[in-house]
Amino acid sequence: MADAITSEPTRRDFLFVATSALAVVSVGAVAWPLIDQMNPDASVQALASIQVDVSAIEEGQAITVKWRGRPVFLRRRTAEEIEAARAVPLEELPDGEARNENLPAGAPATDENRAAPGDESWLVLVGVCTHLGCVPKGQSIGDQRGDYGGWFCPCHGSHYDTAGRVRKGPAPRNLDVPPFEFLDDATVRIG
Amino acid sequence: MSGPSTYVPKTGFERWLDQRLPVIRLMSDSFTDFPAPRNLNYWWTFGGILTFFLVTQIVTGIVLAMHYTANTELAFSSTEHIMRDVNYGWLLRYAHAVGASMFFLAVYIHMFRGLYYGSYKAPREVLWILGVIIYILMMATAFMGYVLPWGQMSFWAATVITNLFSAIPLVGPSITEWLWGAFSVDNPTLNRFYSLHYLLPFMIFGVVMLHIWALHVPGNNNPTGLDVKDKQDTIPFHPYYTVKDSFALVVFLILFAWFVFYNPNILGHPDNYVPANPLSTPAHIVPEWYLLPFYAILRAIPSKLGGVLVMFASLAVLLLLPWLDTSRVRSAAFRPLYRQFFWIFVLDCVILGYLGALPPEGLALTVARFATAYYFIHFLIILPLLGLIETPKPLPESITKSVLARSGDGGARPAGAAAGDAST
Amino acid sequence: MGGNSNIIRLRGLLAAALLGAVLAGAGGHSRAAEGTLHPGPQSWSFAGVFGQFDRAALQRGFQVYAEACSACHSMQYVYYRNLGEPGGPGFGEAETRAIAAGFEVTDGPDETGAMFTRPALPRDHFASPFANEQEARSANGGALPPDLSVIAKARGIERGFPRWFIDLFTGYQEQGVDYVYALLNGYEEAPEGVTLQADMNYNRYFPGNQIAMAPPLSEGIVEYHDGTEATVPQMARDVATFLMWAAEPTLEERKRAGFQVILFLAVFATLLYLTKKKIWARIGH
Repeated sequence: MADAITSEPTRRDFLFVATSALAVVSVGAVAWPLIDQMNPDASVQALASIQVDVSAIEEGQAITVKWRGRPVFLRRRTAEEIEAARAVPLEELPDGEARNENLPAGAPATDENRAAPGDESWLVLVGVCTHLGCVPKGQSIGDQRGDYGGWFCPCHGSHYDTAGRVRKGPAPRNLDVPPFEFLDDATVRIG
Repeated sequence: MSGPSTYVPKTGFERWLDQRLPVIRLMSDSFTDFPAPRNLNYWWTFGGILTFFLVTQIVTGIVLAMHYTANTELAFSSTEHIMRDVNYGWLLRYAHAVGASMFFLAVYIHMFRGLYYGSYKAPREVLWILGVIIYILMMATAFMGYVLPWGQMSFWAATVITNLFSAIPLVGPSITEWLWGAFSVDNPTLNRFYSLHYLLPFMIFGVVMLHIWALHVPGNNNPTGLDVKDKQDTIPFHPYYTVKDSFALVVFLILFAWFVFYNPNILGHPDNYVPANPLSTPAHIVPEWYLLPFYAILRAIPSKLGGVLVMFASLAVLLLLPWLDTSRVRSAAFRPLYRQFFWIFVLDCVILGYLGALPPEGLALTVARFATAYYFIHFLIILPLLGLIETPKPLPESITKSVLARSGDGGARPAGAAAGDAST
Repeated sequence: MGGNSNIIRLRGLLAAALLGAVLAGAGGHSRAAEGTLHPGPQSWSFAGVFGQFDRAALQRGFQVYAEACSACHSMQYVYYRNLGEPGGPGFGEAETRAIAAGFEVTDGPDETGAMFTRPALPRDHFASPFANEQEARSANGGALPPDLSVIAKARGIERGFPRWFIDLFTGYQEQGVDYVYALLNGYEEAPEGVTLQADMNYNRYFPGNQIAMAPPLSEGIVEYHDGTEATVPQMARDVATFLMWAAEPTLEERKRAGFQVILFLAVFATLLYLTKKKIWARIGH
């Protein structure tokens, strides 16, 4: 027992430390696969990508499609709706970022940065309120569209404008713009 | 040996908890300060190995259950989904499948250790019986688990074994239909096997708790079979047996890892990679290797009901073992005649296992019948007789004396720094 | 455990007798019922502790599957994206996409409720040649061409005792590919005295010797992109390699991890043994 008091590490101590260290490593090595198996698997990650035929949608109309388990709003805006969106000064927006996955992060929330490049009448938005995840109203005729003419979330009263940007209410961010691309005038690929 | 608790709480928190729920005391008394015989050899490490594998099977099973679907349309493809898409899914699946084989390998070594050293004899009869119950639960769990991938062997093994119940007179066919939930092995069967396969391991866990409790009352047996007489016969479980069990476990894990990483399918059957087809029976239906001896016994008896009864009897006879063996000497180390019959019995079990994989015809069937008969002769005739006619070798005076005799020169009392000749 | 010398000798004799009596069944080709041959072991690049797939063989094998087999055999558990993932044939991302686009898969329903076909994407499973089992049987004279996703694990070879015991420790897991390779090379004229049933073909390795599948490979049936000569043994070897990968896409990762794990455990076991001896030295054992 006197050995334990000496200042230099004894061979016994090194052995115990080394053995314990390997025990800790093995616990970690076993734990990782058990944890990682709950992460999205390869089939989920092979990102679902859908193509939508939008040829039948006229100005002022909108459709909702399901993508990766969530609703996506496709709206073909009228000229007035585009005007209204462009007239808003950026400082008035509670969230000044475009939230557009097709653009670099931090791009400002101008109407151009929200609408489809090449055809500003098209809006493609993830239809999930950024507050707590309800699906906002505004897609169907007769839906409430809120005070700003866009969408209205009935759960806690968030209002989105004609560019899908939050204007009032508890939602912290503008509606997300998913990765999308118009393959031609009639078809848009999302994801 | 259960005696007064030796635990002394050291911190304020420990004192507080000890007065409300003495779990630390229980752990300390059972696994830290617990006095174990000082002469346990490596055959005693398999209890710890078994506990590790029970936990391994439960943990891998739970995570596999997150991805598996128990429906006849989806079972096979969900298993492939696990193998191909789920992160580390291949590793979890192979670990679970190979782990079952390792679990049974360990349990057979553990049981044969008990048979050799007389660990089933008074006062450990209940310990032994609990062990047989655990073994039976393990077989049920493994059987149902094998059905889940819904391959050809899964389906047809389930069909053969569930059909056995129809041999019961009068109520057999109704019971079988009740088990199936249908008119043959089908989706309801698969679903309920999944539910029960998830449930049974936790029942095993409960019986294991009882098993360890029943062990700790009289304390461990040891290679001499002698009772512990005084303190110097024992050493605290920690650190001596914790480190020895850990070493044995890691060596066993090397064998486990070999199969998981370098030959994961060799212990299984290729036909189970063919999706189940109720319209086509494989050429040879075989269970997994660890069930083969019972399969051989089942098929050795020409009558269907007879086969079922004899197969169950082969397990029941294990329950009676503590009373069948009439010898007053526990350990085969001092029973030269019994020792020979023990090895013949081991050979008999291996032969039964080998024959279980062969079609029951010709020479193989004849040998299987002899081997089955011998199995019962061993328990029902040889063991009772041996105790009466055998002359055991003279027993050592105590465990300590036998240890000292083994290490060569006497007199070296176990005391810290004074121990000079560590040679074992 | 102790044992007196007599019983040890007896056990040894018994074991030797058992071993000797059945060694005759071991090794090479052996006969099973009715003259069906057992395939002998081949040498494969992916066999053994350090086995790895031959990428070129995998790519050629895929070509053989796509051109000679996929008209009848599905591979429903393999995704097109697997062709580009590590551990496999290793086609690049663009090439994988292009390969996938060359196959048509069923999708839908569309807005009118009808199903339609479209070019495959990497995320799709391999397209199946038939919509269901009934269509497959009806197109193949009542026989069902099996799905090939796990065929390399779904076939085995009876190797008898003590071969199977030795196999436990040599890591031999190529029974399936040995069988597939032998089968594809095993077509020949039915020998004297054997009458072929209608529409059956004679194969030396198929159990019962009569197989519904006509010889799928013939010299030059595929023109390899890499210019390798397409003999039947070459195509058989390449497609067998491909099928092994299809059945075990994580094979390389598994063997690599195994080496690390077992090495780690060996070191850990050694340290634990030394620790055990150190601790037990306290009581003079």
